[in-house]
Amino acid sequence: MEKIHLPQCKIKELKEICERNNNDPGELINILHGAQSAVGYLPREVQEFIAAQLNIPVSQVYGVITFYSFFTMLPKGKYPISVCLGTACYVRGAEKVIQEFERQLDIKVGQTTSDGLFSLDSLRCVGACGLAPVVTVGKKVYGHVAPEKVRAILSDFYMLEE
Amino acid sequence: MATYSNYILVCTGTGCRASQSEQILQNLKATVEKHGMQGDVQVLRTGCFGFCEKGPVVRMIPDNTFYTQVTPEDTQEIVEEHLIKGRQVKRLLYLNPETNEHILDSKHMNFYKRQYRIALRNCGFINPENIDEYIARNGYIALGKAVTQMTPDEVIKVIMESGLRGRGGGGFPTGLKWQITRKVQADRKYVVCNADEGDPGAFMDRSILEGDPHSIIEAMAINGYCTSANHGLVYIRAEYPLAVERLKTAIQQAKEYGLLGDNLFGTDFSFDIGIRYGAGAFVCGEETALMHSMEGLRGEATVKPPFPSESGYKGYPTNVNNVETYANIPIILLKGAEWFASIGTEKSKGTKVFALAGKVNNVGLIEVPMGTTLREVIFGIGGGIKDGKKFKAVQTGGPSGGCLTEKHLDLPIDYDNLLAAGSMMGSGGMIVMDEDDCMVAMAKFYLDFMVEESCGKCSPCRIGNKRLHEMLQKITSGKGKREDLDSLRNLAMVIKDTALCGLGQTSPNSVLSTIDNFYEEYLAHVQEQRCPAHQCCELTQYFINLEKCKGCTLCARVCPVNAISGDRKIPHAIDQQACIHCGACIEKCKFKAILVR
Repeated sequence: MEKIHLPQCKIKELKEICERNNNDPGELINILHGAQSAVGYLPREVQEFIAAQLNIPVSQVYGVITFYSFFTMLPKGKYPISVCLGTACYVRGAEKVIQEFERQLDIKVGQTTSDGLFSLDSLRCVGACGLAPVVTVGKKVYGHVAPEKVRAILSDFYMLEE
Repeated sequence: MATYSNYILVCTGTGCRASQSEQILQNLKATVEKHGMQGDVQVLRTGCFGFCEKGPVVRMIPDNTFYTQVTPEDTQEIVEEHLIKGRQVKRLLYLNPETNEHILDSKHMNFYKRQYRIALRNCGFINPENIDEYIARNGYIALGKAVTQMTPDEVIKVIMESGLRGRGGGGFPTGLKWQITRKVQADRKYVVCNADEGDPGAFMDRSILEGDPHSIIEAMAINGYCTSANHGLVYIRAEYPLAVERLKTAIQQAKEYGLLGDNLFGTDFSFDIGIRYGAGAFVCGEETALMHSMEGLRGEATVKPPFPSESGYKGYPTNVNNVETYANIPIILLKGAEWFASIGTEKSKGTKVFALAGKVNNVGLIEVPMGTTLREVIFGIGGGIKDGKKFKAVQTGGPSGGCLTEKHLDLPIDYDNLLAAGSMMGSGGMIVMDEDDCMVAMAKFYLDFMVEESCGKCSPCRIGNKRLHEMLQKITSGKGKREDLDSLRNLAMVIKDTALCGLGQTSPNSVLSTIDNFYEEYLAHVQEQRCPAHQCCELTQYFINLEKCKGCTLCARVCPVNAISGDRKIPHAIDQQACIHCGACIEKCKFKAILVR
């Protein structure tokens, strides 16, 4: 994992999150939720810091992060794309939508584009099965997405950048 | 509470919110205010109505008019036509697909007519963010009755006699579970609500939490009273932000009203509820894994016994129930065990909520009495298969369940019947598949999920499922052999018999049920290297019938990968290397010139 340098303000924020949870290892998952929303992801430095605060081995923190799919050790794109791969979306063709995103962005699921704009992930059920297949980009939800709509979705965000 | 002569209920469940229902709500409020009607008309936010297919849904009270697929632009017309002029906005009414007539209210829609709502009784009726509305619909009366007029044993007796079984999947008798936890001696006990709905394609629990969170709080407190636990914990997925938010609001309101906290209803019973977040792990729906996750550890399953009722969260006796199970509790205490036991089949009482999805006309959240047939659900309530296609299979029980076929359509749904047919009730996902779905690919899809979600603790699940997945990969890419089908079945049986927890033991169900029910389809893959449903890419080719193609270029323009080439008015050709088999060209071609084989 690449070494990064956490700014002082983030370290302070992480410390507060741990203290709010009484530095209790039993609250590790809650703490990691807080840390991920503060930093955006959970790189090695964050893991080491939390482990030291809670007085537990880094391996335990790492073990928990890698176990749960919600936690990520890689930074997400500015516009995180999630394609729902719940069964309802799958039977209505979500897999082909993912393939089309991969092709258009030239990245695989779990990766971020080199310009940092988009990251691509799959998730299991947004609970909007009536709109299947569903794609979310940040907080925006797209329903009934077909492979030929992918280009238009991406251009929504390219336009924001211009 | 102030009374109004008209109410506008706007669904703000996750599905409708994704189609701008918050904006609709704001627009309606603004329009009502613009006309100075805010003293007479109240615009309310409610939980899921269930009819997600035609969302966003807006319902007018008192006349029950049911508007579907409303857009933020329609709001002015709704207020001005419906409320001021007293005329229904016809184009927004639900169109009965059979008769092509507009249906005026929800009571006459096939979708609702055949349902019986117990767990969902308040969803779509009350504002989930207002405790008064829950109380107005007899909320917290069951809790009051339990703690002031009944002993814990009496309450447990009612629950036992009602025949309520766990709605999370296992179907364990709820009353018995409570009794076991009650009998264990300890100075501290916990009750837990399992809201880690990891089943892809299921959204029952989330909709109940979003639409009626107080019913869960009330039921957990009753559970606490019965098992002598003073602490409740809700284990909820962090991926459900709206449900989390509404639950937090509800807990706060209940505290303010003294319905949570110390000395409830003036008795010496105290009860409080906290929230624990999941982080996306399907296995955490399993009780022991859930305990470990709540303790901040990896959610790995452990051997039972000890059961959580003996040694659960932090080693204390813990009673775990699922959201839907809890939602049934208050009303059972109010209406009595006999009432509840009169609904359903001999061994499965009450109703079950299903998330009906897939290739069915009316996708949505439904609740039917146990014993309703699959046919009734799929064709009666669900309105049949989309685009007039042929029904092929229905998958119940999520990734742990199995695929049932046409011959099972008249099977009355209950725990035991589904199990006997090779599937299971599970938490209530119900995915309908049509003739275009390949069952081998479907089994692979579920296995893919299982491989990803296996906690890795026991080898049958960790390694076995991986091997199963590899075999399916081989079969769907045309490299499978006849013998592979036998090894597939053998390995699946071994995993079923030897895996540690419920997830592992049920993980091969999708493979076993599809091999049993669709053996011919597997054979076509391994003997003829052919996918009858044209789903498996490597076994499928798209090509253009040169005699039929007019060279209209429509297919070439719609192809997302530019695999189709040809000049105007000259038959086109598909580059097989580039084609991703998305089927977009077939849909566009007006001359039926594109074929699949």
